[in-house]
Amino acid sequence: MPEILDQARSQVLENGVGLDEAGVLAVLNLPDEHLPAALQLAHDVRMRWCGPEVEVEGIVSLKTGGCPEDCHFCSQSGLFTSPVRSVWLDIPSLVEAAKQTAKTGATEFCIVAAVRGPDARLMKQMREGVAAIKAEVDIQVAASLGMLTQEQVDELVDMGVHRYNHNLETCKSYFPNVVTTHSWEERWETLRMVRESGMEVCCGGILGLGETVEQRAEFAAQLAELDPHEVPLNFLNPRPGTPLGDRPVVEGKDALRAIAAFRLAMPRTILRYAGGREITLGDLGTRDGLLGGINAVIVGNYLTTLGRPATDDLKLLDDLKMPVKALSATL
Amino acid sequence: MATSDVATAGAGAAWCDRCGEPAGVGEHVACRAARELEPPRYCAHCRRRMKVQVLPVGWSAVCVAHGEIRG
Ligand code: SF4
Ligand SMILES: [Zn+2]
Ligand SMILES: [Zn+2]
Repeated sequence: MPEILDQARSQVLENGVGLDEAGVLAVLNLPDEHLPAALQLAHDVRMRWCGPEVEVEGIVSLKTGGCPEDCHFCSQSGLFTSPVRSVWLDIPSLVEAAKQTAKTGATEFCIVAAVRGPDARLMKQMREGVAAIKAEVDIQVAASLGMLTQEQVDELVDMGVHRYNHNLETCKSYFPNVVTTHSWEERWETLRMVRESGMEVCCGGILGLGETVEQRAEFAAQLAELDPHEVPLNFLNPRPGTPLGDRPVVEGKDALRAIAAFRLAMPRTILRYAGGREITLGDLGTRDGLLGGINAVIVGNYLTTLGRPATDDLKLLDDLKMPVKALSATL
Repeated sequence: MATSDVATAGAGAAWCDRCGEPAGVGEHVACRAARELEPPRYCAHCRRRMKVQVLPVGWSAVCVAHGEIRG
């Protein structure tokens, strides 16, 4: 057994204290033959500190495309020659999407908009949309609307949005290579306000943007410092027309190493499979990740791309004897 | 108005609905593979970029000239 896994067993599994940056890096550098042991340990940590339940979420894009920011992975930036056109979802369709999501047994419905931050039109649409969902659908509403002002944070709390997603995307040292229209610190400031408001903080990122393994470890440590309620883990799905459109996808084994390492850095967080898993991991790898530290999934489609059918994921959870977290357990 | 999905580079399609290039030129193998996990972006009849809305279950795509398709 490599030394880092022995250390993690006593430090993380037994005492619930996450690995630091050096520890995460050691896990990310483990040779293939030790990957199964790392995944098993990460799974044990998840079972011990989070339990067997899996949180299921659906997401929908309220405002797609035409974003003024330049996140190099994103097909919704209006600054690239991506084929994604700007479009708004109407409220009846939003409510229908929430209903579709609730039908899967999901407890979370996240409303997302491709914006730098919300304007008055978007906040109005949110107020009406969240109220309409709450009137008709039994599901918790989360939001992801970019950078917020304090007034907007307060408004979202008032609407009953219980969790806010704002991804740091990558580590601080690599961020300027991925985004030039705003800073990592600006994102951090929104996260700080969200945390202080009492909303749950959801913050993760994308692996495979060209960051080094050391920078992946840096990112895990920075997320651990933030201590979010939830960490969505995406793997780059290179989008045509974006600056990262020709990047290779993350190797399945590297993705699994990252899942184990992020779990060992953050024993108590909700670690969610988000975009790109279908391409990076396929069905078998998806299963390995759920047995290697992941305890939440996005089911159904993503914002501009499609996922596998929700029924496939639910069947997998059933096979793995992992109960879907119920709404009553989260209220 | 079209009511069914026009297959990528399928019979009668003039344009690839993923990359927007002529359907009859090249194989569009990568496009067809990608379309398993993506909605169409270009109208297969006229090559216009469509307004595409992805929902948790399914998607819709609208061409101003050729109407809506769903998948
Ligand atoms: S802010 Fe969001 S929607 Fe806009 S380019 Fe960046 S990731 Fe895409
Ligand atoms: Zn094509
Ligand atoms: Zn057309």
